[in-house]
Amino acid sequence: MGISRRDFCKTLAGSAASLAVMAVLPGSAVAAWSEKAFMADKLDDAIAAKYGALPIEDTSAIQIKAPEIAENGAFVPVTVSTTIPGVTNISIFVPVNFSPLVTSIDLFPRTKPDVSLRIRMAKTSNMVVIARAGNKLYRTVREVKVTIGGCGG
Amino acid sequence: MELTRREFLRILGFAGAAGLVPGIASAGLRSGGLYDVARFGDVRLMHLTDTHAQLLPVYYREPSVNIGLGDAAGRPPHLVTRAFMNYFGIAPDSKLAYAFTPVNFSAAAERYGKLGGYAHIKTLVDRLRGDFGREKTLLLDSGDTWQGSGTAFWTRGADMVEVSNVLGVDVMTGHWEFTYLAEEVLKNLQAFRGDFVAQNVKVKEEALFGGARAFDEQTGHAFKPYVIKTLGRHRVAVVGQAFPYTPIANPSRFIPDWTFGINAVDLQQLVDTVRAKEKADAVVLVSHNGMDVDVKLAGQVSGIDVIFGGHTHDAVPKPLVVRNRGGRTLVTNAGSNGKFLGVMDLKFSGGRVSEYRYRLLPVFSNELPAHAGMQQAIDRIRAPYLKQLEEPLATAGTLLYRRGNFDGPFDQLICDALRQRNEAQIALSPGFRWGTTILPGQTITMEHVLEQTCMTYPETYAREMTGQQIKEVLEDVADNLFNPDPFYQQGGDMVRVGGMNYRIDPSAPSGQRIDEMRLENGETIEASRNYRVAGWATVGAKSPGEPVWDTVAAYLRDHRHVEVRKLNTPSLKNVGTNPGMDLS
Repeated sequence: MGISRRDFCKTLAGSAASLAVMAVLPGSAVAAWSEKAFMADKLDDAIAAKYGALPIEDTSAIQIKAPEIAENGAFVPVTVSTTIPGVTNISIFVPVNFSPLVTSIDLFPRTKPDVSLRIRMAKTSNMVVIARAGNKLYRTVREVKVTIGGCGG
Repeated sequence: MELTRREFLRILGFAGAAGLVPGIASAGLRSGGLYDVARFGDVRLMHLTDTHAQLLPVYYREPSVNIGLGDAAGRPPHLVTRAFMNYFGIAPDSKLAYAFTPVNFSAAAERYGKLGGYAHIKTLVDRLRGDFGREKTLLLDSGDTWQGSGTAFWTRGADMVEVSNVLGVDVMTGHWEFTYLAEEVLKNLQAFRGDFVAQNVKVKEEALFGGARAFDEQTGHAFKPYVIKTLGRHRVAVVGQAFPYTPIANPSRFIPDWTFGINAVDLQQLVDTVRAKEKADAVVLVSHNGMDVDVKLAGQVSGIDVIFGGHTHDAVPKPLVVRNRGGRTLVTNAGSNGKFLGVMDLKFSGGRVSEYRYRLLPVFSNELPAHAGMQQAIDRIRAPYLKQLEEPLATAGTLLYRRGNFDGPFDQLICDALRQRNEAQIALSPGFRWGTTILPGQTITMEHVLEQTCMTYPETYAREMTGQQIKEVLEDVADNLFNPDPFYQQGGDMVRVGGMNYRIDPSAPSGQRIDEMRLENGETIEASRNYRVAGWATVGAKSPGEPVWDTVAAYLRDHRHVEVRKLNTPSLKNVGTNPGMDLS
């Protein structure tokens, strides 16, 4: 799955996508801030480790662009954007993964909250996206199905 | 709407409406009545879908099992036989009952004959264009045109491009078109005189970077997302929606650079842009989503006047009217195999669609003369292959068809052939919806076998699978068919089984629908034991065996006469009485 240098440059060229790549790649530099969250093996533990006990509100103001059925579970493209004002962090969780927290992206105050990345999903699961604004958390959930495929007609 | 119903009744030949058309016979209509479609409004959009390369007229039995669950329960297209006829007001034993339902199929087929065939469709299309004024009409094709026959396979879809050009298809999208190699797809599209549109097929970023061609490098669209057609004084935007799950349901190795999806958000943005910039009087979607997906999409995306749908092979006589933020969207589905032509007349006022009339006309081949030019083209295409196609293999002792949620006699035959040839305990065969019907007493030719099997990944396999793996396959396909959310369905029917039986609860959650798996001798299939399984049409990688048509042909030559009396039909749990099921 190693990303080629050319692909990396290409991804950097898209401004929104670059955020995601930078957040994911230097595991030591960025993830260290939330090590407990990234190591947690349950969704609730990961959320608690990342955000403490902040209240969570379900919202339709976070838009998840992802396939309903993945073409390749090893390589699921996801774009998350939101119209919620003052968002400073977006995190994506896949509950069935061994470590549910896939990525946690801190945003500068004037950064457009619009991030893209590709994630690995071993099997069908919800994708839980949480955005933080001030001391509130907003949540949207989307199912992505991973299928054997092959009997369509 | 009231007029539509009256028109509809007129087509049906009901006594009350008979006065409108003199000379209607009680046994049915003469072609004059059926095909004299009164001109209405400003533009006429005709629609063909899922012909599956059937150049000649066919028998095609519509399903007696097409279960809808949740919101789709009892809603078109999930109505069969009597429930279908009652809903749409179709008289039993009428010609329309024969075209739209499987009731008394063999007898009705003998009486009313075959449907479809490109030469007959051409005659009908030309007539409907002439009646209306050619420059104000369009012919749309929702795809699955290039696959399903020997000649389509041998010419890599080129024969269908040729007849589509003769027919005058203006705009199309695709699904099985993408089962040829990408360069073959592009070559065929160069020869195609209409526009190929798909807003939901994109070139993968890494492929673009590696130099792959795209229609628009900025957006990544592999093909034109839409096209504007000027019809008289009016502008109609036709947006394309290819089958969203092509690289999952079919081999992605043939088209490695392209990525698909429903892409509802992109579609909304595109429709908004087209509405704002193109001054279109109407925006329509030519779609290969499948009917249930189209219905859900129509509720989410606003600004589309009509969705002309295909994929699920549903012959639905009247559009479904779906309300959404922008008003309403009409959703149609025009059946399959060339049996039907959809005719949508739209009337505009103030730059918008104000009224419509829709008919789904069955193409009765013995009432519409073959168009000479088209027939010549077809004969020329078939000539080099005639000997292979016409080889007699066996006679049919019983009605042989495929379509149905769980089984079909021709699939049983394929499973029997696979098991025998590969000495396998179990056979699996995909639940495709293409494949024509053979009447009792008919000679089964190689052409019939190819109509059921012809595709670009026909290789067979025989391998050991554990009971657990077999269950996972069944569960996976069951979820593609019965997931309560249509966006998670792929269309198609349940995988067919030979040599085993099982029970299915379509309403159960994913992974929990299948149980009571037993071999034919009653022995329980155990999760950890190995079983020898034969099958074909593997999507992931090419299988090592012969093409499945050789397997089936050999089996038929051996047997000479085939009767399929018993199907490995699963027993059903928690379905109750569903108007999408008639087991009588």
